[in-house]
Amino acid sequence: MRKYSPKNDVQQKSYYTDRFYVAPTLDKAPVSNDSTFASDCSSLANVVEIKESYIQAGHLVIYVDSKDNVKAIKHLKEIRAYNFMMELSAIDYVSTQNGFEVFYEMLSVSKHKRIRVKCFVGCDDAIASVEPLFRMADWSEREMYDMYGITIKNHPYMKRILMPDDWQGHPLLKSYPLIGDEAAQWYEVDKIFGKEARDIVGPELRDAAQVERYDTQRFSRLGHEVPKGTDITTNEPETPIRYQEEGGVQLFGKKLVTPFDEIETKHLEERK
Amino acid sequence: MQQINRLKPFFENITFDRDDNTMVVNFGPQHPSAHGQLRLVLELQGEEITKAYPDVGYLHRGMEKMGENMIYNEFLPTTDRMDYIAATSNNYGYALAVEKLIGVEAPRRAEVIRTMLLEINRIISHLFWLATHALDVGAMSVFLYAFREREYAMDLMEDYCGARLTHSAVRIGGVPLDLPNDFIYNMEKFMVILTEQLEVYEGLLNKNRIWRMRLENVGVMSPEMCAQWGVSGIALRGSGVKWDLRREMPYGLYPELDFDVPTSDKCDSYGRYLCTMQEMRESMKILKQLVPMYKESDTQLMANSPEYISCTKEEMMTQNYSLMQHFVLVTQGMRPPVGEIYVATESPKGELGFYINSDGSPYPYKLKLRAPSFWHTGLLQDLLPGHQLADVVTIIGNLNIVFGEIDR
Repeated sequence: MRKYSPKNDVQQKSYYTDRFYVAPTLDKAPVSNDSTFASDCSSLANVVEIKESYIQAGHLVIYVDSKDNVKAIKHLKEIRAYNFMMELSAIDYVSTQNGFEVFYEMLSVSKHKRIRVKCFVGCDDAIASVEPLFRMADWSEREMYDMYGITIKNHPYMKRILMPDDWQGHPLLKSYPLIGDEAAQWYEVDKIFGKEARDIVGPELRDAAQVERYDTQRFSRLGHEVPKGTDITTNEPETPIRYQEEGGVQLFGKKLVTPFDEIETKHLEERK
Repeated sequence: MQQINRLKPFFENITFDRDDNTMVVNFGPQHPSAHGQLRLVLELQGEEITKAYPDVGYLHRGMEKMGENMIYNEFLPTTDRMDYIAATSNNYGYALAVEKLIGVEAPRRAEVIRTMLLEINRIISHLFWLATHALDVGAMSVFLYAFREREYAMDLMEDYCGARLTHSAVRIGGVPLDLPNDFIYNMEKFMVILTEQLEVYEGLLNKNRIWRMRLENVGVMSPEMCAQWGVSGIALRGSGVKWDLRREMPYGLYPELDFDVPTSDKCDSYGRYLCTMQEMRESMKILKQLVPMYKESDTQLMANSPEYISCTKEEMMTQNYSLMQHFVLVTQGMRPPVGEIYVATESPKGELGFYINSDGSPYPYKLKLRAPSFWHTGLLQDLLPGHQLADVVTIIGNLNIVFGEIDR
């Protein structure tokens, strides 16, 4: 039976994995290993409930409830001196856990430490904006919405940022194919020529590696050149490959014969 | 086939006819001073900007999506296309993140070569910034001078890897090649010339009345504003915060190197200009220290880690199992441990971070590229109001934004 492939994760997968392969894990150290992180954690625990915390690759990772995200970040910023938020994004776990993991990457310039606050947001839930605390979240959360479609509460100007405003779908979702979905291949056609011209224009070719055999409009027939726009669906002309050295180089209608030509041609003849 | 007026521009909530005195101006996305595809919608009161709305995304190629569909080595050349002015800094940032994830350290000679390339790239980027910024502000001759020196630096890069802009000169686990024979000699010659030339540039600009009038007290960013917008790099140091990741959270060879971190308390465009000029000198200081380090180092160029990194050519050609493992690594890709990592490096533009979430498969589960220019552009909506229209060009040029990394 053919292998079942899930519809909500259409990303590239490894074509072969050893049945007995167990992936190693990046070490997770307890928070007590680092005194700064330990005091950060115990201080934060007074304000919000910490679900899980550990140190991985020098970062303190803290899991909090998605309702507590603003509270936790406000505490870390104002009391624990994590005064920079460097990055903010989400990870798609729709196919396995029906939700997203949102992470906030914070930096303390005075302590030289980095912290990652994470929370889980269900597909139907919304997350509160941290824009009042960090202005940079204005753009980051717009990007997060644009790429994942996560609803954000209290954002001052929620609008797509990288994709066009009337784009359909959210490109970084695992369910979104790499070359775009059906709406994507009609997007520019509709925009430029109008919906009614769909039959004439046809969908946009979004797979850059695809070569259509009978297409003579694009540069897809390398080595088998025919004049542009020729209809070759019925009798495809054979294009023999010729070596330029055979019989000298043709230049402006005049044949240039060099002393090497004859010897070269002989070699070619022998090879044939 | 195309119908007239079919392609209608899409102005979101902007009305161009106003009852009051304000006027809405569309700046870009093809404006030569926008340094790429930046569209700025500006609301003007006379010549003064009352509202600014930067619109990005015209160069969006979906690199994060591409990264999720590529094996780790395959994605490396794509990182070139982020900050294409200083491609090696992206390559290095990505390679370092993957190396930290798989727990591999590059050999010393590779690290020396990488640091050399990084600093040459920093000089290239800063020279490019100086040239285009000066051109925007009206100093045409500085553009010509700075581009001449940049060409020599690009020749150095070309000598090493054959490419001028998109180098891909760093690999995960080391570098592919040793330095060519006369590289160090040429680099030293270049540094002598650049030292002289920097004085020429400064002679043209530092006391230039027009230059100072157009830069001083323009684009003033307080340290609080920088913290709000996650500003990093020279933009942050120009606001008096002494924060350079090479010094504060060092990586690679930087703990061993002696260099200063120039800062400026002026918080304006002129202060950032001074910092950039000084940083080029510091980069040369680093390059000079790297020369003896290179000569002392062992010749190994790639880390030895059979599980993740292909073996040497010699082993590949002689050992059966090495060849098999190489084949697996090329066709299937390495499988890093399960875990997540965020590695930040100091690129010429600011903090360049790579967040990788690995689920143990050859494809990253999530790849987030933290490009400094993204927030340096977002900042414009708070920074531009209150300035004159002519200052927009100065501020955009001065913040050193590159659209390859904003839109990714």
